[in-house]
Amino acid sequence: MGLENNFEGMPVIATRLDEVVNWGRKYALWPMPFGTACCAIEFMGVVSSRFDVSRFGAELVRFSPRQADLLLIMGTVTQKMAPVLKQIYDQMPDPKWVVSMGACASSGGFYDNYSVVQGVDELVPVDVYVAGCPPRPENVIGAIVKIQEKISRESVRDWR
Amino acid sequence: MTEREIMARVEAQFGAKVLRSYEFRGQCAVTVKPEDLRAVLTFLRDDGETALDALMDVGGVDYLGFSPVDGSGDDDREWRYEVAYQLYSMGRNHRFRVKVAVGEEKPVVPSVWDLWAIANWMEREVWDLFGIHFEGHPNLRRILCHDEFQGHALRKDYPINKRQKLSAPAENLLCAKVEWA
Amino acid sequence: MSVSGHDHTTVRPLPSDLLTLNIGPAHPATHGTLRIQVQLDGETIVNSGCEIGYLHRGFEKQCETVYYQFVIPYAERLNYMGPVNNSNAWCYACEQLLGIEAPARAQALRVITSEMGRIIDHAVCIGTNLVDIGALTNFWYMYNYREKIYDLYEELCGARMMVNYPRIGGVSQDAPDGWFEKLLRVIDEMQEAVGDVRNLVERNRIFMDRTIGCGVITREMALSHGVTGPCLRATGVPYDIRKAQPYWGYEKYQFEVPTAEGGDTYDRTIVRFQEMFESCKIIRQAVASIPGGPVMVDNHLVALPAKDKVYNTMEGLINHFKLVMHGIQPPVGELYSATEGGCGELGFYIVSDGSSKPWRVRIRPPCFANYSTFPKIIQGKMVADAVAALGSINIIAGELDR
Repeated sequence: MGLENNFEGMPVIATRLDEVVNWGRKYALWPMPFGTACCAIEFMGVVSSRFDVSRFGAELVRFSPRQADLLLIMGTVTQKMAPVLKQIYDQMPDPKWVVSMGACASSGGFYDNYSVVQGVDELVPVDVYVAGCPPRPENVIGAIVKIQEKISRESVRDWR
Repeated sequence: MTEREIMARVEAQFGAKVLRSYEFRGQCAVTVKPEDLRAVLTFLRDDGETALDALMDVGGVDYLGFSPVDGSGDDDREWRYEVAYQLYSMGRNHRFRVKVAVGEEKPVVPSVWDLWAIANWMEREVWDLFGIHFEGHPNLRRILCHDEFQGHALRKDYPINKRQKLSAPAENLLCAKVEWA
Repeated sequence: MSVSGHDHTTVRPLPSDLLTLNIGPAHPATHGTLRIQVQLDGETIVNSGCEIGYLHRGFEKQCETVYYQFVIPYAERLNYMGPVNNSNAWCYACEQLLGIEAPARAQALRVITSEMGRIIDHAVCIGTNLVDIGALTNFWYMYNYREKIYDLYEELCGARMMVNYPRIGGVSQDAPDGWFEKLLRVIDEMQEAVGDVRNLVERNRIFMDRTIGCGVITREMALSHGVTGPCLRATGVPYDIRKAQPYWGYEKYQFEVPTAEGGDTYDRTIVRFQEMFESCKIIRQAVASIPGGPVMVDNHLVALPAKDKVYNTMEGLINHFKLVMHGIQPPVGELYSATEGGCGELGFYIVSDGSSKPWRVRIRPPCFANYSTFPKIIQGKMVADAVAALGSINIIAGELDR
């Protein structure tokens, strides 16, 4: 790293615990893609070569909620799907963050009818909402950066 | 055959059993009673001239409060629902539509799932969204809405934004026979 | 003889129960929101059931509340793999209902955009299917070309995925300068890329072992289930609406309807590869023979007037106001319009009461019929085969559940 050359004798640095934990958390987000509809196809664009979300450390997509700390809700959530989403959120270990991608997930979008949940915040707490129908991949990357900013403001004591 | 020729053939075969014949933009349809449905569909499928061997679609229509706005007079249907069967002939490349008139009091139609396997799921959907019962169907459960849903969503008297919460997903999806699934 | 004195040849096998296993609705192999329940004897599937409706967004009910032209974005979101195929089909159905025809240039543009949609639909379908079987590279490779097609859509109308490009009576705008040259370049690259991927898998031992004889849809089953599209053509039935009942001038273009005989996962994949080549052929012909003229029908009951008329003449202003506030009003009647979507016959059954909102819109979703075969074709197979077969049927939940 080159950093070790700056230490004379004792390779120890003093820092705040929050700083080092948050530094680790924010550059190693493991997303759980809860993709239901069109937005999931745009998420494929986010992870594939042109937009390449791995530049932001969030490319390790885990389909098991128990291995993930970032829930990406992409697409319309219907009343039939609602208990499943709730269960997946509950299965994720703390700390965890939620991104609601697209108009449908954020507000129901233009589906104001009997079967569509009018925003996933009725079911799970949401950290970042992404506008668009579907959002462009840049917006999704922007949401991940927002989550990283949020993480860097948190304290390990928040997640006890 | 043109659709008009098919319609004439059905009318010649079934006479007064055809409640209504209908033509619009070159597409023809006949409306029949539920008790004659299977006979008409079987005839159209097995007849050498029509050979309508593929059922493409089954869809319900609710005519509650239907009134044409072009001044052609009020709707004179004595029934509330119709179920439309879109038929296609793979060999002869023509289409035809058979509709069945379903009354409000007793919305029952004989199932045709043994004639075409696709009718299994399509009829389940019509049951789910319109509440039309298909007699003889082996597995008439809801298909699109969840199991705890009350009422039938595509009926005209169902409010569009009446939402119903689901408490837990269905436990068992298996049937005794895989043909029924 | 064992230590305990029992003769092993007389010991009965351990009693075992059938295992019920849930796959989905949030599972990577389902590519969407399907739920499959299988009953396993060891690893062999002895019974199975499917549940759909996890993405039931109430499309048909929603259509009854909006004007005909506002259904276009809803129709696009049915099939998010190749969205513009669906909106083109909806506009075509409305035109049939109105008894009008889009101008020749608009029809050619619809053919071009629809074939682009078919290519990216098949590209992602094949890519994700191969991911399920264990070949990740092809997906990333194909997705690059999907992005290039997105760029073309974006240049054409400003949106990359949900393009909202067609209108009832034509298309929203003409292609910009130099667009066709770019398109032809991308199509050449695309064709090369598809050829590369096909060469990687077509005679690949692992791929063939995994897919030949897996998930067989027989011809009888296909006809009985109303299976259409590549899944039907893989069983040997050359039914393609573009050939059988041509629309938008498809009869002018020279192209083959690829078929196969086996009806298994391998055949479906190969048919899709060939269809992509045929689509490239159609696009080249359509670009070479594209007629001039307007892209919107000249009918004041359907098409918005030009902006200078709206701002400078009373008639134009009133016309604009009427169309926006009262919508397009087709005559009383009902009609079934079928076109060839990415997965098969995409039908719209519209009942009109003469007002500007459809009384009833019924969509005939190709995936619905194709997917209804699924419990039967995985019978007696293993779970891994079921995953491979599922990817090759190309289920798009938006269209399946509406």
